[in-house]
Amino acid sequence: MSDIVRFTLDGEEVEARAGETIWQVANRRRIEIPHLCYTPAPGYRADGNCRACMVEVEGERVLAASCIRRPAPGMKVKTASERAKASRKMVFELLVADQPARERAHDPDSRLWRWAEHIGAEDSRFERRASSAPDSSHTAMRVNLDACIHCNLCVRACREVQVNDVIGMAGRGHQARIVFDFDDPMGKSTCVACGECVQACPTGALMPDTVLDAAGAKQAEADRQVDSVCPYCGVGCQLTYHIKDDKLLYVDGRDGPANENRLCVKGRFGFDYVHHAHRLTVPLIRKPGVGKSAGGDVDPANPWTHFRKATWEEALALAASGLKRIRDRHGGGALAGFGSAKGSNEEAYMFQKLVRTGFGTNNVDHCTRLCHASSVAALMEGIGSGAVTAPFTACKDADVIIVIGANPTENHPVAATFFKQAVKRGAKLIVMDPRGQALKRHAVYMLQFKPNKDVALLNALMNVIVAENLYDQQYVQAHTENFAALKEHVRDFTPEKMEAVCGIGAGTIREVARLYARAEAGIIFWGMGISQSVHGTDNARCLIALALMTGQVGRPGTGLHPLRGQNNVQGASDAGLIPMVFPDYRSVEDADVRAEFEAFWKAPLDPKKGLTVVEIMQAIHADRIRGMYIMGENPAMSDPDAHHARMALAKLDHLVVQDIFLTETAFHADVILPASAWPEKDGTVTNTNRQVQLGRRALPLPGEARQDWWIIQELARRLGLDWNYAHPRDVFAEMGAIMPSLKNITWARLEREHSVTYPAPAPDQPGQDIVFGDGFPTASGRAKFVPAAIMPPGEEPDAEFPMILTTGRQLEHWHTGAMTRRASVLDDLEPEAVACLSSADMRRLGLSPGDPVRVSTRRGTIELKARLDGAVPAGMVFIPFCYAEAAANTLTSPQLDPIGKIPEFKFCAAKVEKPAKAAAE
Amino acid sequence: MAESSHQARKHNHPGAGRRRSVPFTKGRQVDSAARDAVKALLGDRPRRRDLLIEYLHLIQDRYHHLSAAHLAALAEEMRLSLAEVYEVASFYAHFDIVKEDETPPPAITVRVCDSLTCELSGGQKLLADLAAQLGAKARVIRAPCMGACDKAPACAVGHREVAHADPARVAAAIADSHVDTAAMPGKDYAAYIAAGGYGLLRACLDGERTPEAMIAALDGANLRGLGGAGFPTGRKWGIVRKEPAPRLMAVNADEGEPGTFKDRHYLETDPHRFLEGMLIAAWVVEATDVYIYLRDEYPQSRQILHLRRGAGAYICGEESAMIESIEGKRGLPRHRPPYVAQIGLFGRPTLVQNVETLYWVRDIVEKGPEWFAGHGRRGRKGLRSFSVSGRVKEPGVKLAPAGVTARELIDEFCGGMADGHRFKGYLPGGASGGILPASMADLPLDFGTLEEHGCFVGSHAVVVLSDRDNMREVALNLMRFFEDESCGQCTPCRVGTEKAVALLSRPRWDAALIGELSQTMTDASICGLGQAAANPVKSVLKHFREDVS
Repeated sequence: MSDIVRFTLDGEEVEARAGETIWQVANRRRIEIPHLCYTPAPGYRADGNCRACMVEVEGERVLAASCIRRPAPGMKVKTASERAKASRKMVFELLVADQPARERAHDPDSRLWRWAEHIGAEDSRFERRASSAPDSSHTAMRVNLDACIHCNLCVRACREVQVNDVIGMAGRGHQARIVFDFDDPMGKSTCVACGECVQACPTGALMPDTVLDAAGAKQAEADRQVDSVCPYCGVGCQLTYHIKDDKLLYVDGRDGPANENRLCVKGRFGFDYVHHAHRLTVPLIRKPGVGKSAGGDVDPANPWTHFRKATWEEALALAASGLKRIRDRHGGGALAGFGSAKGSNEEAYMFQKLVRTGFGTNNVDHCTRLCHASSVAALMEGIGSGAVTAPFTACKDADVIIVIGANPTENHPVAATFFKQAVKRGAKLIVMDPRGQALKRHAVYMLQFKPNKDVALLNALMNVIVAENLYDQQYVQAHTENFAALKEHVRDFTPEKMEAVCGIGAGTIREVARLYARAEAGIIFWGMGISQSVHGTDNARCLIALALMTGQVGRPGTGLHPLRGQNNVQGASDAGLIPMVFPDYRSVEDADVRAEFEAFWKAPLDPKKGLTVVEIMQAIHADRIRGMYIMGENPAMSDPDAHHARMALAKLDHLVVQDIFLTETAFHADVILPASAWPEKDGTVTNTNRQVQLGRRALPLPGEARQDWWIIQELARRLGLDWNYAHPRDVFAEMGAIMPSLKNITWARLEREHSVTYPAPAPDQPGQDIVFGDGFPTASGRAKFVPAAIMPPGEEPDAEFPMILTTGRQLEHWHTGAMTRRASVLDDLEPEAVACLSSADMRRLGLSPGDPVRVSTRRGTIELKARLDGAVPAGMVFIPFCYAEAAANTLTSPQLDPIGKIPEFKFCAAKVEKPAKAAAE
Repeated sequence: MAESSHQARKHNHPGAGRRRSVPFTKGRQVDSAARDAVKALLGDRPRRRDLLIEYLHLIQDRYHHLSAAHLAALAEEMRLSLAEVYEVASFYAHFDIVKEDETPPPAITVRVCDSLTCELSGGQKLLADLAAQLGAKARVIRAPCMGACDKAPACAVGHREVAHADPARVAAAIADSHVDTAAMPGKDYAAYIAAGGYGLLRACLDGERTPEAMIAALDGANLRGLGGAGFPTGRKWGIVRKEPAPRLMAVNADEGEPGTFKDRHYLETDPHRFLEGMLIAAWVVEATDVYIYLRDEYPQSRQILHLRRGAGAYICGEESAMIESIEGKRGLPRHRPPYVAQIGLFGRPTLVQNVETLYWVRDIVEKGPEWFAGHGRRGRKGLRSFSVSGRVKEPGVKLAPAGVTARELIDEFCGGMADGHRFKGYLPGGASGGILPASMADLPLDFGTLEEHGCFVGSHAVVVLSDRDNMREVALNLMRFFEDESCGQCTPCRVGTEKAVALLSRPRWDAALIGELSQTMTDASICGLGQAAANPVKSVLKHFREDVS
């Protein structure tokens, strides 16, 4: 009631809603007031500095900035008084004085110029001051501060919206200037190239490089826009492609629920891979007599050494007949398929349906096995659902946030912006990871525990919560089972005992346990530091138990959230691209379920669960699997012990690869089918938040490349299946008929709303962000505590291999680098393989930053460049796995978590040394 | 060999190979020696964000500049980003940032005041002479008003003031081994106690006085904020007292208005009277913490108080900018509303008072409100401390009744005009209070009496001008001051002052354009600096047109 403010606006009685500014009320009533430093975009607070929006308030000595001033009851505001208009025009005249002339402007259509034109202030009577030199040091963006009006939007973009904290307003008065770090060139600064500043700049002082000519003037204008979703990580940022002549010109963020207009360097600047010369544009067939071997590299620019061009008919016939021959001779179990989390839900669904009904096997898997299989296993077991209980944006309502085994500023950059904003708002962030990271600066506690000692640390936290009676008795009683066993189990894990094991002081363990347990709302985020371990399932069990015992599930600001890696790993898993389950995680070994799917698909189904990614490679070596269909996956790079994996691929009788590039996996193919890149297709994807979002086709396919769904269908037909999908929407409709999770979500609704969270209670109601407030989808309706004991890693460092190798991703590259290394900006930013080392180890090894270094494990050796990285503790080497020339997975261990079947990418014993040549110098 | 390995690279990865990787993580790396040095310097001091400026002072005082290496180490140590540290360090004039490819300045810096009174007394020539004579021995730079207008021209060698400066005196000061300053011989604690000091505070704490009675006394005395705004002090205490706890207090000792030096006078001569007033105010509003923000130009005062140091920024005299600075940030004024009494320091209700205002509290209560209110001329009430400088015989702090006129100040309090000077006009309220002609020297000087003439009395800094002074030069000097001291936040002030300087530098003024610009600066600037920056110009156009056309 008192939230509504009545006041007079230009002579009319109006009402302002709670918190509304004069500008917002005026805007709602279609009264135009110029604005430069204010943008109505989410996340941008009004700053009131440009004074372009001044209005007159009766009885006040001076004018008021309408963007920041809230009306008071009875206030009389005049937006168009002569005095207000004169001031606004003078402000423009002052700003325009120092701008490059509009005909030579970096962006003649900028918000500044459009408003200046609109109010007739394009000319200035004032002298122009000396302008600053352009900064073109960054590969993606250009800085032309001669167009800067000091509106501070880029500072807010960098500091408050993305919280990357690179841009500052230095100096004072007319010497004030936008700076990066210490007034460094943008390209030499700590800038992570999220491009938020470019999107925010109202003058053209910050612009994407792709639209400017050498002189810094706008040279290209988009001729159309298409709204879609980012093809990279699991955050699922909505974006708009700006297209000119069927080429992507630049990309802007859109106001999706997971990104609120934000993007990261990959989403904004990593798009030109689609136009790369290496794109596969014709079907390829392996030349007769050209053998396969694990080391058989092919030049993607020149595949003709190993392959010849084929017609689609010929390629599809060969691909299908090879698979059919094996199926008919050795049974469906001799075949396997790897689908992809980079494709759409529809493609994932079709792919697993093809393998199950066309091949006759459950040997279908994808990279979820390498990411969060253990997390999903623990979640299914504990709470009956493999998805997140709350979106990452729930951190807005949290007062304590735990991030463990995850490096979101690199791997989920836009999710990280929400965490950092929550900290700015006052939430307490606890980061737990053996390796340091950018979030450390924002954390109240950074627990850099000893690698692989997760269970020791987490059990000690639970010990404190039990011993100090900090658990939520009511919640435990109402919603869980098996607490007594857990209580008993953690009794021995006192912080004092665990201190030596995990390397974190007992006092700190106690403080952190109390902080989380006593939080009004605590939320846990985790990544592959938790899951990629031989005890990944145990790690996740501990996190689940921690949340359950403190009742930190099912309310706003609480929850369990494994940050999913790829754009559609959630959706591909939901769609059944998993060997043990049909769509919606329904067991293949449950006879009733199987009968239901047999009736729905009108085909007999394999009653036994299939093999997982790494098991399939082992089965090839054991001659049990002879043929494979791999779509959009690159196991030659992504599997552990990659040489062993490549030997397996080379050993296959028949390998069909469907991709957009000649990947390291495709080197070993018999048939290569050129497919569609994300911006070339229609389809839905499901992000880490359970938000189903619509990707829209923005570009034509290159050459003879085809839609992935079309290729899968053509293969299915040639394997004897009667498929007649005309468009992905037909597939989505079929999915909706068998998958309860998609209830109330239709293609038409997605076209309308762009994004719908599942579960959605009704066709016209938003989906449920936070689930399990009143019980769990388990048989008993209760969540289950599962105690976890300390297990050793797959291999311990020893005298020969004294260091610990850990692998992961880098901000600029994604998965195996097939796309990102072909994106020119990303390639420029991170062009070469690096091994990140601590200064202590570099000193010990006599290495200087940038020196060549050799890293070996029991499985292989690679050579790459040493990078000094303060985040890496002594005794550890971190290597991103995206670099084919020094593939980290040549080194990693194929030992698996017994339940999740996920390999231990985060821990193996390694040796780091100067290469022989360098040592001799 | 090289050939073939290049070939091999081309084949075995999909990147274009245009660039090489960077051997470090992104951006500037922290040098381990600098890290150790900064850690040692900070010792066990808390790494709180609001102490950033204090720690920048530590480094500047120790090394006479802020190297990029030290700044990067400080950022890491305080868990701040590089940009956050840099933008603060570069905002304040007393910090010298030296990047990797730059040469540090000499250890000794001589700051020569170029504000109005000192310029009238030959400040510019002094600046040129010193630069020529000192050469590489010291860095000679201009600086804004140091609050030594009664000893013009003034300069500072390091932090040590040189009054009535000439090259010989400056050379002597440089030769003197301790470049730092010695405390002025003010009334010390023992003397103050002996004369009944802190008795009133004791009475308050002992419950012999009530907060309501204290507020009533101030109301009765009609004590007003003597920093320049003139807000009734008792009413302000009452307002803050009603705000939700915890409440804070901040003392504005950032006396930077050119021509003003009264706060300095009281801080140096009788600091405990001010401190007692401050503690009583804190008791009345129940402030949990009190911060004193002292301008860096007053090191003598710093010897005797524990405070937050300014770092050379006039704008920090604006109360909300001061609060930002106390929080360790750039001193940008905040938008009002909300007022600092509601949301001030660290987001808490905050009582902000000027030094002199607090100085009078004890006397008003002990001698009675009617004693203070009993002073005054022409119907005005109270005592005022005028900082008088310029073309008078005896410049200085003049305690005079409210409502005194400029002519009375000159004749009764300052021994008349300086020899050879004929009274032409005066600045009634420092750089921002406008300029009045001698013909208007009989107006009562007090809050609210000059507004109808486009002027105000503000901090009661009266600068007297004579027939030897050119009003175009005066206006230009003042506008240059505002141009230098603008925080840069809003367009009318940041760009307006810069364009105004260019317009005023022309031999003949474009009165129409200057008028339009002035109006927008007044109407549309965020804070008082920009709103008042054009006052002198407007005055010159109104009263001294012949000097500019």
